Amino acid sequence: MSTVAFAAIAILTLAAALAAATLQKLMHAALSFAVMFVGISAFFFLLGAEFVGLVQIFVYIGAVAVLIVFTILLTRDDVGKVRGFNWGGVIVAIAVFAGLVWAIGKTKSLQSALPQIEPVTVQRIGELLMTNYVWPLQCVGVLLTAALIGALILVMEEKN
Amino acid sequence: MSDSLDQIFIHAKQWLLSFMSGRAPDWLVQIISSLINILTLLGVFLTLFALISVLERKILGRMQNRYGPNRVGPFGLFQPVADGIKMLIKEDIVPARADKIVHFLAPVLIAAAAILTLGVIPYGRNMTPFTIDGGILFFFAVGSATELMVFMAGWGSNNKYSMLGAMRAIAQMISYELPLIITVLPVVMIVGSLNPDKIVGAQATYSLGFLPHWFVFTPWGATAFILFFVSGLVESNRTPFDVPEGESEIVAGHMTEYSGFKYATFFMAEYIGMFAISGLGITLFLGGWHAPVHFLEFIPSYVWFFVKLSILLFVYIWLRGTLPRTRIDQIMNFAWKFMLPMAFTCVVAAAVWHYAGRALRGWFWSLAVIAVVYFTLSILLDTRRKFAPRSYRFAE
Repeated sequence: MSTVAFAAIAILTLAAALAAATLQKLMHAALSFAVMFVGISAFFFLLGAEFVGLVQIFVYIGAVAVLIVFTILLTRDDVGKVRGFNWGGVIVAIAVFAGLVWAIGKTKSLQSALPQIEPVTVQRIGELLMTNYVWPLQCVGVLLTAALIGALILVMEEKN
Repeated sequence: MSDSLDQIFIHAKQWLLSFMSGRAPDWLVQIISSLINILTLLGVFLTLFALISVLERKILGRMQNRYGPNRVGPFGLFQPVADGIKMLIKEDIVPARADKIVHFLAPVLIAAAAILTLGVIPYGRNMTPFTIDGGILFFFAVGSATELMVFMAGWGSNNKYSMLGAMRAIAQMISYELPLIITVLPVVMIVGSLNPDKIVGAQATYSLGFLPHWFVFTPWGATAFILFFVSGLVESNRTPFDVPEGESEIVAGHMTEYSGFKYATFFMAEYIGMFAISGLGITLFLGGWHAPVHFLEFIPSYVWFFVKLSILLFVYIWLRGTLPRTRIDQIMNFAWKFMLPMAFTCVVAAAVWHYAGRALRGWFWSLAVIAVVYFTLSILLDTRRKFAPRSYRFAE
């Protein structure tokens, strides 16, 4: 059952990723990118990490995909135009893939058996965030507040 | 007797599955078990949609001193059937310059997302269709995907009214998603769980045998519920926040280029979204499927849920019959200057309530926190004193 699910999700994710890289219209590429995010979150669900899967949908579909779509819409006037094939991108992608394969091949820990880990519940994540990782959490909070204030100052009305 | 009536649907499903389990392979039984949940959910809520679409017109008619639909069937009750047939036999027009695939996918996906959010709400004792540990998070994760679908509808139509409407819709949905989620936080904090069943369970007890411990009866809960309800109005594009489809300005917003059944699908998604957000409000603040007084617990739990749901839906319709449409800049100002600070205040007030002992003292202090912030905000945001000639930014 889970093998079938894995295969189905993998095909969907890879097809969406391929579509995002090759589709002629930029907006179609962005939308297939969003489909790929759904595929990745499905993987997290399959692995039992439902919190990460939900956050994946929340952040990547709800925020990042909308951001990408708006960026395309607001910054370019040739949204509908057909773009050429990007050979440079292919070379970079192959180089990154080869590097990853090489690095994974060199790693020894692949042979060792996986340690048994407890399923991560939302409660456990919350406890850890409030105890061991409370300072990083606070720092992220400060950073986000600074970003929010910065964004507000950028769009503030100029009074002359 | 009352207990068996309460669990009648659960028993029926279990009986059906045990009947199946000897005769079919396990994976098939599993799939059928899920399918039963999904089909029941769809059946119940599509019927409710049909009912509410005629009731809304009836109630609005009464409010405007006219009859409303009364020709089809007794009291006009078969009006949805007539509407459905009309929608189905209408010509489906796709603009020549539209992006065919995106234009087609938008209504399908928007309805799918709306229906998915219904799955995590507990409709009665043991009656959560899709039990998941982070149910509340699931609701908002799927709900936030709606923005992308609205954008697809607007962009795929290749029409400037559609695009502007989609922009408006997304702008107000993103702005109100923040207060919506932050008003949920105090409940999650107090219960200590994102699981809808546990949230309902935490509101199950009664003081003196008749005062229910619903979160709406605490100062922070009442404030959060009002904020939640207003944000819910915006998220489901209901009056007074229906600017994305303001007829006088941008035709029908992102739905301008849709006709026939595709338009009906958008319409349905909007209503289902309304049911879902009301259901979540009931789960979080109004005690879920619990009875308002202890001795009425013998009435089946799902009846209570749907009674509460109908009351909330009536309030939605009532508001539509009462209030005019607000301007887009008023909506945005209201979100960022009032709703967001008040939502954060609810979080603080809930913490104060918890640490002051969850009793009368906590009640007093959390009320004090909310009152101080509310009056400060109303003094700061008071614009009545500034009488001046109106100034325009982009026009002379």
